[in-house]
Amino acid sequence: MKNNRLQGEGRINRNRPLNFIFNGKSYQGFEGDTLASALLANDVHLVARSWKYHRPRGILGSGAEEPNAIVQLEKGRLTVPNARATQVELYEGLQASSVNCWPGLEFDFLSINSLFSRLMPSGFYYKTFMWPKKLWMSYEHVIRKASGLGVSPELPDPDRYEKTYAHCDVLIIGAGPAGLMAALAAGKMSARVMLVDEQSEFGGSMLHSNETINGQPAQDWVSDTCEELASMQEVKLLPRSSAFGYHDYNFVTINERLTDHLPTGQKTGGRERLWKVRAKQVVLATGALERPLVFANNDRPGVMLSSAVMQYVNRYAVAVGQEIVIFTNNDSAYETAMTLLEAGLKVIAIIDNRINPGSSMADQLRSEGVKIIDQSVVVDVKGSKRINAVQVMSLQPGGDKVTGSVQTIACDLLAMSGGWSPVIHLSSQSGAKACWDDEKACFLPGVPIQHERSAGASNGCFDLKNCLSEGMLAGNEAAQQCGFEVDASIQLPVVNEVIFNRIKPLWLVPSMFKAGRGPKQFVDMQNDVAASDIMLAAREGYHSVEHVKRYTALGFGTDQGKIGNINGMAILAQSLQQNISETGTTTFRPNYTPVTIGSIAGMNLGGELFEPVRKTAMHGWHKQEGAEFENVGQWKRPWYYPRAGESMLDAVNRECLATRNSVGIIDASTLGKIIIEGKDSGEFLNRLYTNAWKKLDINKARYGFMLGEDGMVMDDGVTIRLEENKYFMHTTTGGAAPVFSWMERWLQTEWPELEVFLTSVTDHWATAAVVGPNSRKVVSAVCEGIDFDAQAFPFMSSREGLVNGIEARINRISFSGELAYEVNVPANYGLQMWESLMAAGEQYDITPYGTESMHVLRAEKGYVIVGQDTDGSVTPVDLGMDWVVSKVKDFIGRRSLYREDCVREGRKQLVGLLTLNGSDVLPEGGQIVEDPNASIPIPMIGHVTSSYYSANLGYSIAMALVKGGLSRMGETVHIPLADGKVIAAKISSSIFYDADGEKQNV
Amino acid sequence: MLQIPCPWCGIRDESEFSYGGEAHITRPLNSENLTDEEWADYLFMRKNTRGAFLEQWQHAQGCRRWFNIQRDTVSYKISASYKVGEQPPQGMGNEK
Repeated sequence: MKNNRLQGEGRINRNRPLNFIFNGKSYQGFEGDTLASALLANDVHLVARSWKYHRPRGILGSGAEEPNAIVQLEKGRLTVPNARATQVELYEGLQASSVNCWPGLEFDFLSINSLFSRLMPSGFYYKTFMWPKKLWMSYEHVIRKASGLGVSPELPDPDRYEKTYAHCDVLIIGAGPAGLMAALAAGKMSARVMLVDEQSEFGGSMLHSNETINGQPAQDWVSDTCEELASMQEVKLLPRSSAFGYHDYNFVTINERLTDHLPTGQKTGGRERLWKVRAKQVVLATGALERPLVFANNDRPGVMLSSAVMQYVNRYAVAVGQEIVIFTNNDSAYETAMTLLEAGLKVIAIIDNRINPGSSMADQLRSEGVKIIDQSVVVDVKGSKRINAVQVMSLQPGGDKVTGSVQTIACDLLAMSGGWSPVIHLSSQSGAKACWDDEKACFLPGVPIQHERSAGASNGCFDLKNCLSEGMLAGNEAAQQCGFEVDASIQLPVVNEVIFNRIKPLWLVPSMFKAGRGPKQFVDMQNDVAASDIMLAAREGYHSVEHVKRYTALGFGTDQGKIGNINGMAILAQSLQQNISETGTTTFRPNYTPVTIGSIAGMNLGGELFEPVRKTAMHGWHKQEGAEFENVGQWKRPWYYPRAGESMLDAVNRECLATRNSVGIIDASTLGKIIIEGKDSGEFLNRLYTNAWKKLDINKARYGFMLGEDGMVMDDGVTIRLEENKYFMHTTTGGAAPVFSWMERWLQTEWPELEVFLTSVTDHWATAAVVGPNSRKVVSAVCEGIDFDAQAFPFMSSREGLVNGIEARINRISFSGELAYEVNVPANYGLQMWESLMAAGEQYDITPYGTESMHVLRAEKGYVIVGQDTDGSVTPVDLGMDWVVSKVKDFIGRRSLYREDCVREGRKQLVGLLTLNGSDVLPEGGQIVEDPNASIPIPMIGHVTSSYYSANLGYSIAMALVKGGLSRMGETVHIPLADGKVIAAKISSSIFYDADGEKQNV
Repeated sequence: MLQIPCPWCGIRDESEFSYGGEAHITRPLNSENLTDEEWADYLFMRKNTRGAFLEQWQHAQGCRRWFNIQRDTVSYKISASYKVGEQPPQGMGNEK
């Protein structure tokens, strides 16, 4: 196996070799390598197949911008799709494979797409697979398979993720020269500083630079500075941390990777930590990304960014090529050339589009035998899985056309530089509008909207000396804004001044072919968008950059256009004959780099911490009795209590029969409970509920309906008058919190003159409802101090007494139509109360029942459940409950009941449904039609809201909302089912059992 | 995430608050005398302001008080915070 490791030191640890596997083959790298550098050290250039054409692709860059080297890491539960090999730190035993190729990387079946690429222009999928519409589903399946990236894990994520909040004076993002200097300045001023950088080491470009600071290698200054920062008490350093979102009010989200760099067996604790930072001031020192050049076959393995080549040589001691050609439009590539020469590698030629690019470096390079071919461009490369030559042509004066003959230069690597794009993503996310700078040929951060400032390369300042001074200025200024005084002792480090000549923009390299012809000139490699696609989009009438993005897929994917966007926008501008400012840029949105879902979910990633769970005081008892539970909001409520061998229906039938024939008991603790007191409580209830409250006697209860101001039913429940100016309100379980907020809002905003105080006591009381003809016997055996005589303690009244010596309130109210008592004790005594009732009920075979039987029992009586039989579009009149609506007083929602739409004919009204075959149980949600044989679409006249088998009646019952239902009594309607069966049912009253209501009054 | 100044508790994160929409909408007292259109105007019609907007918030995870703020719907800058019953800043109002 070829070894490309150089003699130089780099920042790898040669004493720590690391074994890893890529596409099933074993390789070795060193500690300090990334997966990309280790692969290149092993001469692996071909690492991926492209998204659409399945072209062979190599490593292009060295960081977050990498569009090609996207890998699937590890397997099974630990697998990570779409990791950028350039950012994956190597560890012992790492396993990775290429994405997007089948059956394998070397021979990809779908590379045949490449041969037909002429036939697959932008919008190809939209244009081709539109018809017939029905087939889109099957097309989509094949297309997705052919063009996806990595594979999502199919097993639950075993890792833990954490979240943390932080506040600081100065948050500095990016720890290159500007960021380090800013941190040093602000740190010395004693400001609370956070310095974050996505890499494992701080230093940014200085980690691979040849420059000196204070006469020492830049790397030495980096380590001294990091040491000094680490010693400052108020400075927090966060390596391996990507600031990926800049939100309102200087709220920045940062993803810290804690264990991704460790071997699988050594990972302990959380995998990632999401920092939510509120910073008083922010310094953006996020650096710049190098742009590729757009020429034919510029995506071939062996074509790399010039800065990446330099980084692999200097930082990782990897010779990415032996015979190298450089293609550039600016001076920075000359530094790469110097680096390559120093490393003993052969630089054959530098192709520069500028005329006589005479920097001091150019002279030095010439003297070392490097051929500098000016006013020329690379028009094509040769070689498929690795380049073996470049083709060069001269530019005509003016620079927009090539001329003369093609010169072929053999080489194994082409390093290219199309100039630099400041990383303005976070600045743009913060609201600043990016502005185009013609001289620097790049977008610069706009005027700050929030408390932020950019420094260094992200501010368009590309030389070390000015990066350091901008950094210092930014650090000083930011800390000053927080009220700290500048530390006069701080000094700028001494750096050699480098004069850079002006860049000559080269957005689309001219070629001998007509525009849009010839081999593809790639703009966005990850999405296989070529220059011809953008020009086609422009020709087809797409003029907005946002539309072109969506039509061509330019700037999508894991790199979000870090590589391709600027070139793409410039080519669009050229096609539209605009300047780049006019064309503008697409919006930069969070996230800067992909963030795991785990990081965002944090500890809430499934399991017990997903949502708070609320349990009643008797929960343990229910569990012991084998109850199945139902989630009602956050509450766990017993659903039914199956005995051995019982199905759900068996259990529910048994529970319902036992309750109506003897006695049942249900845990009703979850109902919302609100105490309303103060001299205006009665008036407040009058306004809140549809019925009247002021004349209710003390210790009497009344059922109330609450409407929204739109007249639609919002909540219901029984309220008891405890004292002259004190009421006890019940809400539905789910309505407890919203109703409480609703009441607070009216009291605070609309009726502040009312003297009313609210207290939520839902959790303070445990409630058991004892229901059935024998309930009086059971409850009176347990409760002391109350006369349970039917006349002395009538229906809809309330009494105070004692249960086992503990204060208790007994309400004689019923949600089943049976004689029933609700026993309330302070929650801590709930279990004791429950067990006493069970013991007293034993001789009557007292039967615990759950929410399902509760639903059946109430449906037998036609009692509605708000939210099940209503859906926010139902008035009390629609429910046939006019009796609960006062005609003489105002209340919330009253006026809406007389709106034209609320009084029209044909509104959906609540009715009962009896299936013609009593054993058919209608599905809830079933659609109701008059004539099932009518032509499709059959007019729908309503839907089933509640439906059960009633063991007490011996047949099924249902409630439904039907257009004009109350005047359709006795009519037969039909409910077509998904399987083609149609059930016929007769419209009836929704009260199916004890229509006269005698049983609750005994 | 906004930082919202509660007139009772001071500046807190937006996640502690719940939103209540346009402020200074008064419930008509004589609703039975209103036409359907007048009632619908109170009930449904809300302004969609670009710029300074007076709106209600509740410090739901804090003191649970409702209050009003003036917030710019473009820049999200909050320029005033005041208690229910107090007047909006000079010259401001959600005029129809």
